[in-house]
Amino acid sequence: MYRISRPSLVILLVMAIGLALYPFVGESYYIRLMTKIMALGIFAMSLDLLIGFTGLISLGHAAFFGVASYVVAWYIVKAGVTNALFMLPTAVAVSGLCALVIGWLSIRTSGIYFIMITLAFAQMLHAFFKDQSYWGGTDGFNFYTKPNLAIGDTVLLDLGNKVTLYYVTFALMVATFVFLAVLLHSPFGRAIQGVKVNEGRMRAMGYNVRNLKLMSFVIAGMLAGVAGFIEATRTAYVNPEMMSWHASGNVMVMVILGGMGTLYGPILGALALTLLGDNISSLWDHWLLIMGAFVIAVVMFLPEGIAGLIEGVTQKFGKKPPPKEETEP
Amino acid sequence: MSDIILETQNLSRHFGALMAVDDVTLQFERSLVYAVLGPNGAGKTTLINLLSGEIMPSGGSIRFKDQDITNLPANAVSQLGIGRSFQKTNIFPNFTCFENCRLAAQSRMKGSFSFFKPALSYRQINQQAERALEMCGLSMRCHTLAQAMSYGEQRQLEIGMMLATGPELLLLDEPLAGMGADESLKVIELLRRLAKEHTLILIEHDMDAVFAVADRLAVMVNGRLLETGTVAEVRASKAVQEAYLGAEDEH
Ligand SMILES: Nc1ncnc2c1ncn2[C@@H]1O[C@H](COP(=O)(O)OP(=O)(O)OP(=O)(O)O)[C@@H](O)[C@H]1O
Ligand SMILES: [Mg+2]
Repeated sequence: MYRISRPSLVILLVMAIGLALYPFVGESYYIRLMTKIMALGIFAMSLDLLIGFTGLISLGHAAFFGVASYVVAWYIVKAGVTNALFMLPTAVAVSGLCALVIGWLSIRTSGIYFIMITLAFAQMLHAFFKDQSYWGGTDGFNFYTKPNLAIGDTVLLDLGNKVTLYYVTFALMVATFVFLAVLLHSPFGRAIQGVKVNEGRMRAMGYNVRNLKLMSFVIAGMLAGVAGFIEATRTAYVNPEMMSWHASGNVMVMVILGGMGTLYGPILGALALTLLGDNISSLWDHWLLIMGAFVIAVVMFLPEGIAGLIEGVTQKFGKKPPPKEETEP
Repeated sequence: MSDIILETQNLSRHFGALMAVDDVTLQFERSLVYAVLGPNGAGKTTLINLLSGEIMPSGGSIRFKDQDITNLPANAVSQLGIGRSFQKTNIFPNFTCFENCRLAAQSRMKGSFSFFKPALSYRQINQQAERALEMCGLSMRCHTLAQAMSYGEQRQLEIGMMLATGPELLLLDEPLAGMGADESLKVIELLRRLAKEHTLILIEHDMDAVFAVADRLAVMVNGRLLETGTVAEVRASKAVQEAYLGAEDEH
């Protein structure tokens, strides 16, 4: 059952305050990089809902991220609309719709078949955007105007401004975290966690397991869409590789690295993986090798990921952990 | 006649060439306690799996209160008011005892459930879970993780989770298996109490328990129904004595 321990809640608050103040001290390059990390954090949290809480190992999660990015590009390049007021809801809705269709078809399978079928669907979307010249083909789209948030002619937020986008992303990440934390305590959230632990018993107790999984899949797809919206806005560039299996694998590594089923872990996973990539890739061409070794090391020595490490350390330094359960009746 | 709560017609299920349940036609009267007996591998669990929708029959049909439930999946069968417990403990080990039962009770939440209201704020569901825990004798283990309990207690929880869904017909697959003598007595007592308001179909190897609670017996051997009737009738049956009761000391 999901719950955040008090020490990690304190750490999270400190981190949130740090992030809120960062643009006052950070360099422009790092503000943009942190925006990327927070967007990937949303993306990774959304996958954690599937892997860590519902027990659905999707290897095609980038499809929903990518589709939302393409919605942004379509609005700007094809429709000449730059208002995020239209863009964000459409992006999220289209991602959700794709998740509904893909989920409806894939959730009939389980285990390795589910992994393969989600992968296959994402590859199909990838191939679709790559082949269609209307969608920019292999090159995707570069666009020069960026979305803004406007009501009528009054621009409320210019998302082309990197500090504005940083704070919008920060707010969306916090909102996603709170949303998921609340969701996981709701009857629905408890039910999907039951599905992860013992699907058969859930069914025997009268739950429609397939519906629960599908709902979870759609919610995760929509949140991935939020992340895709931010990333397309940040880079003003979309291409089919955003939904390739590399991208899906990458976000899965973030979840595993950060600690699945911890919600905040995947944000740390996004941070670690992105910073690592950013630093080593400039030093050495074969940086993926180091990255691979790092991931293997974490998985072997920190099976519960970075969040697991934090939980362990805070428990050691905190007071004696309260006894979790009585041993004698 | 209308007091038949559940009936099967020529119910069969094979696994490859093996007839695990072979042409079983049975009627269960409301508010009686039935015990299904038979040696290991007789097909008792398979029968329960068919009745609860866990697996689909290869042939025949099942009716529950005038409704054909032959092809309903397990969750739909459960929602109709047929609860089951498993021979092999089938719980949520990393959840507390309370949460195991609460989750079971939550399955009866009316309408679509909320995504935002905390699960623990539904008073009626909580009470239903607490009542189930009390019935199965685990009230004082409320906040213990299921995996931290003894095997016998886990077996009790298994029953509690079934009760938390508020079923009308109970399918119990060897509820006493693996329990100590004290726990067994408590559960037999519970079965008696349940028998007052429910229909029970019970699989049990423990003959003392069977004779203590059962009104009717059904004996299965090799997937076939060998004999049905009252305890006295079945005890007197030649076929049963030869096939099963005679070999009782095997178990
Ligand atoms: N899923 C399955 N696949 C193949 N064979 C099965 C399956 N389930 C049960 N069987 C076989 O069907 C037969 C009946 O099994 P079942 O579990 O119903 O017996 P049982 O009467 O419950 O026995 P026990 O007293 O040991 O619990 C056995 O021979 C078993 O091996
Ligand atoms: Mg059995």
